[in-house]
Amino acid sequence: MAMDRREFLKLTGYAALLGAGGKGAFELLAPGEAEAQLKSVPLTAGKKWGMVLNVSKLNDAVMDKCIEACHRTHNVPNIGNPKDEVKWLWKETYEHTFPGQEHEYTAEKYHGRNLLVLCNHCTNPPCARACPTKATWKREDGVVMMDMHRCIGCRFCMAACPYGARSFNWGDPRLAPKELNANFPTNPDYPTRTKGVVEKCNFCAERIAAGQLPACVEAANAVVAGAMIFGDLDAAGSEIRTVLREHYSIRRKSELGTGPNIYYIV
Amino acid sequence: MYDRGKIIIGLIIGLGLFLFPFYYNKGEAKKVPEAVLTDKAKAAKQCIEPKEFMRTDHMKMLDEWREGVVRDANRYYKSGDNKSYFMSLQVTCMECHSNKSKFCDQCHNYLGVAPYCWDCHIEPKENK
Repeated sequence: MAMDRREFLKLTGYAALLGAGGKGAFELLAPGEAEAQLKSVPLTAGKKWGMVLNVSKLNDAVMDKCIEACHRTHNVPNIGNPKDEVKWLWKETYEHTFPGQEHEYTAEKYHGRNLLVLCNHCTNPPCARACPTKATWKREDGVVMMDMHRCIGCRFCMAACPYGARSFNWGDPRLAPKELNANFPTNPDYPTRTKGVVEKCNFCAERIAAGQLPACVEAANAVVAGAMIFGDLDAAGSEIRTVLREHYSIRRKSELGTGPNIYYIV
Repeated sequence: MYDRGKIIIGLIIGLGLFLFPFYYNKGEAKKVPEAVLTDKAKAAKQCIEPKEFMRTDHMKMLDEWREGVVRDANRYYKSGDNKSYFMSLQVTCMECHSNKSKFCDQCHNYLGVAPYCWDCHIEPKENK
């Protein structure tokens, strides 16, 4: 069959339309459809990890347990000096956690009440933008990760982080006071850090990879069920999304545009 | 030339100091250290790749592992004989080669290289 130029172009046009419009169009036109099919995402394949902290279920004792579990798992030393301290997960007063939220009629139970704070694994992390060596970057699954091999200790990230989630190693963590750090390093399967690098919560990247929940979540839920929820914010059917749908939640300093992924139910 | 005597004596002493190490170590080459295998490593017969490859390329492999694990979240290594290994210096390598001083340090000291792995990674406890 002879085909003239016009006919050929028309045919290629239709073919291209069909190709682009086939499967892609279905996915574009029906958002959430693909999401809905993912009832639960295995811990190794999240797209946007997030965490919910149920403040009413987290009292000081539970929070201390979480902090201990976290710091024990990641060989975080107790320097015993607030100026040089290293912390991944710590307690902060309500006023410091949510500055600007307090007012003179704030419920009394919130005055000076401690909340659990950690790296927010922001969607738009200012620390990663500040880092000159890409030692901190945003992983595709949402974890704001650190590569200690690349960190040069410039501390730009510490200046950039509006949550104070980053700590600098002013000295060798292995030389931290022995009386405060029994059996340091506590976890022989995880490295310590060295003098001159910045560190912070890694959302238990090594535990997620092994299909385990983060250490703090595990520790909290061992005491109070549902105190902390970890999951994939991208999966509509996940537990974390259900909890967020059913409760009113707030985030720390979201007005800064960092897109924090730690949610607080207060 | 002023102070000829002092200068020449100084030069001779300087040259002597410079050449002393060569004279002192003359004729005897330092013995090349042999990496010592633990019983566990011996029993395994082969490392994750052939011995010759490990001997020459372990540093490149460790560099790739570090890059893979930390940056790409890829934690498993597929060896040449299709076995899968958890990529971890501290956990996988040192499980067999738990004698760091005899397996790693000897050679590194001999060659004058000082890898900074152990500034952070925890070395296995050795019974010395």
